[in-house]
Amino acid sequence: MSWHVVAKVDEIAPGQSKMVSARGREIGVFNVNGDFFALANKCPHEGASLCKGRVIGLAESDEPGHYRLTRKGELLRCPWHGWEFDIRTGQSWCDPVHTKVKAYSVMVESGDKLGDKSKGPYVAETFAVSVEDNYILVDV
Amino acid sequence: MSMDVLEPRTRPVRERQSKLSVVDCDIHPAAKSALELKPYMPQQWWEHLTTFGSGVRQNFSETLAYPRMQAEVSRVDAWPPSGGPPGSDLDFMRAQHLDPNNVERGILIPLRMNAGSQRNLAFGAALCRAINEWQIETWCRKEERLRGSIQVSADDVKFSVAEIERCAADPTYVQVLIPPRNLEPLGRERYWPIFEAAVAANRPIAMHVGGVSGSPAGAGTGTISYYVEEHQSLVQAMQAVLVSLVVEGVFERFPTLKIVMVEAGFAWLPALSWRLDTQWKRFKAEVPQLKRLPSEYIREHFWFTTQPIEEPERPEDLDRIIDWIGEDRIMFSTDYPHWDFDDPNYVFKTRMSETRRRKIFSENAKTLFNLRDA
Amino acid sequence: MVVADAGPRQQAKAGNSIFGHPAIDCDIHPAVPNTKALLPYFDDYWQEQLLTRGIDRLSFSMSSYPPNAPISARPDWRPKGARPGSDFDMLKSQALDAFGTRYAICNVLFGASALHSEDMAAVFSTALNEWLAREWLDRDPRLRASIVIPTESPDLAVEEIERRAADKRFVQILMLAMGDKPLGRRSFWPIYRAAEKYGLPIGVHAGGTYRQAPTSTGWPSYFLEDYVNLSGAFESQLLSLISEGVFAKFPDLKFVFAESGFCWLPAFMWRASKTWRGVRTEIPWVKRAPAEIIRDHIRVTIQPVDAPPDPAQLDMVIEQIGSDRMLMFSTDYPHWQFEGTDALPAPLAGDLARKVLHDNAMETYTRLREGR
Repeated sequence: MSWHVVAKVDEIAPGQSKMVSARGREIGVFNVNGDFFALANKCPHEGASLCKGRVIGLAESDEPGHYRLTRKGELLRCPWHGWEFDIRTGQSWCDPVHTKVKAYSVMVESGDKLGDKSKGPYVAETFAVSVEDNYILVDV
Repeated sequence: MSMDVLEPRTRPVRERQSKLSVVDCDIHPAAKSALELKPYMPQQWWEHLTTFGSGVRQNFSETLAYPRMQAEVSRVDAWPPSGGPPGSDLDFMRAQHLDPNNVERGILIPLRMNAGSQRNLAFGAALCRAINEWQIETWCRKEERLRGSIQVSADDVKFSVAEIERCAADPTYVQVLIPPRNLEPLGRERYWPIFEAAVAANRPIAMHVGGVSGSPAGAGTGTISYYVEEHQSLVQAMQAVLVSLVVEGVFERFPTLKIVMVEAGFAWLPALSWRLDTQWKRFKAEVPQLKRLPSEYIREHFWFTTQPIEEPERPEDLDRIIDWIGEDRIMFSTDYPHWDFDDPNYVFKTRMSETRRRKIFSENAKTLFNLRDA
Repeated sequence: MVVADAGPRQQAKAGNSIFGHPAIDCDIHPAVPNTKALLPYFDDYWQEQLLTRGIDRLSFSMSSYPPNAPISARPDWRPKGARPGSDFDMLKSQALDAFGTRYAICNVLFGASALHSEDMAAVFSTALNEWLAREWLDRDPRLRASIVIPTESPDLAVEEIERRAADKRFVQILMLAMGDKPLGRRSFWPIYRAAEKYGLPIGVHAGGTYRQAPTSTGWPSYFLEDYVNLSGAFESQLLSLISEGVFAKFPDLKFVFAESGFCWLPAFMWRASKTWRGVRTEIPWVKRAPAEIIRDHIRVTIQPVDAPPDPAQLDMVIEQIGSDRMLMFSTDYPHWQFEGTDALPAPLAGDLARKVLHDNAMETYTRLREGR
């Protein structure tokens, strides 16, 4: 595993996401209320491009006929069969114990601390690293 | 944030065998707009369509009675970048589905416009004819992997017979398409001329789940509330049609007739066969037209597409169910571009023999639809 | 105490059925001999209505069970010149003594629940329950019963439940598989509230009021079709109960499917759970996979078994159902589902026998426990 710089912080606004590629894997990077999370772009159910799905909240209910939406923007709905995944953990809502999408560690680092992490063909191809900016790194 | 290791029970099983070519028995083409059909319709009926729409026996003129979970009942990622609804762009269909999924042949099943369920029979006939021609001109002529279905309206027997006869000469049409829900259960004698025509044309009859009969979707229990119920009610409708076809003696009268049940699932078939066999012994005197066990007719005359794939709690039960039905009766389908699409690379959560995989992915369909020469 | 090799008399002494364990028959059908027999149980107004209008001469046989149809009575269980199930002595001997049953639950299938006039349906239900108590339950301590209710009038149904609840020999509330509306719908919830209050399961029995086509594809031609298609109706009801949140609202409530078959359960459970994973947000009060809800809240009587040709397949189906608490013994007397006393198929006669014959019913019917 190694850290890859995949985006600048201000590229992904809260509620938005960006599809990136690192070490041959497609990864969706999500901004959930200012925190960043990264999920493999593959649904564990049937391999759909999970990160193309809609970001949603959690539909909850205390009793039939009553509906609440909580955790707005914290879940991802698979674009195919609609399975819901917690963006923070990758766990499926309906079967949290057995079903997860692969989640990657994420950190935010400012440009002047990147050091070695700024190397690598990916970074060089997408953007130069400025010491004043903050960057999102994913451990792949 | 933790680094989670992927250990799900439902991890997609990626087959290590060579990628098999696929006959996809259920693809849904869409028109970018109704204008695509205009060249194939008499002006009178084009005007009828734009004036009254193509609603059927239900509450809304342009909307299905039970709203779906995703727009156009489709995969969120299946909207073509060029515009138009999912399934309306051939290039995109090639790029997203036909090419990467190794689709050697794809069978089109048009669903739009409720063409097979119209109350105004002459209008319904015009719609069916238009859709049948549109399939060939817009899709099959441009993409040689695609085949079409002769869409008919069962409640208009005269038209259905004529349309089958009209289309029969073109081998691009590989089956006759009838909605499963009609005014009466499909095994009833009033529909038999259509079976006769299908047999004469040497085409199986396919039924794709859906249709609007006017009876509530709740299988005799009344009007159901939710889409989640309506989605599964499609299965009970197919069960009732199967029972009707068998019990009415359709297969005594038409011993070469073949029926394809599309998108109905199949895990329910063994239990229904056993139930039919058991109860037939009790009710035998009522149905003298049956000379053999119902399960024998089922075994000889029915095929089932795979999508939406059954997901038993123990994945190996899928193999068992296929054993009980017969592996030569199961045919792969994706339902592209709909939301409950099955990806051929991930659809089976259990290892199956190479023979079984080949049969399901392509051989059974090639045999049934005579696709080897075409 | 199991005395498996003993004869029927020894079994009976040990409190066992002929199957070597105590047995509770969860579905038998005593029948009204004729409508006249109910007359004493109506008030003056209704008695005069029935007599003046000749209603006392009407049979009210249900469309689902024409009296002379083979399903309605096994030949040796058919009284000469009388309605099947109407002869008390025959039922006692053939349904109870012959099997060595400890308790048997009476589900009376009388067509008056299908009357369109709500009040008439209600008074018939009351009369029927009264007749059942006086002329059956009073005559044999093994008999228990389901409360017949005017289902389509929930308020009147609740009144009847309240009226009957004090009699602890009524252990269940009876509804039919096909009515006006799916059983999960909220308008039925007053009935479920009353059921939960009294600890009564809801028995849903094969048959229907035929107020609409029995399938979503229109009216089939044959009774054979109607009977077979009932499994589809039960599937539809099960989905309604789950989707509408009946078990979320009434967590202690159980439903017993009677004469529904059970081999269709695994495929149904798999499909329902599969769909739920994607469509959950439409019904967010369903918080567990439907298969799990079914295992907790649904019970099924074993007739008809509708068995596969190979007993190993039935073994497999029972495994796939995934619970040893769901199936409950029944004879379905006098309906014709098996020969002789062959009511318990081999796959249910082994390790599962005691649960199927006795324990699952004891767990489900709380009033049976109170009676001991």
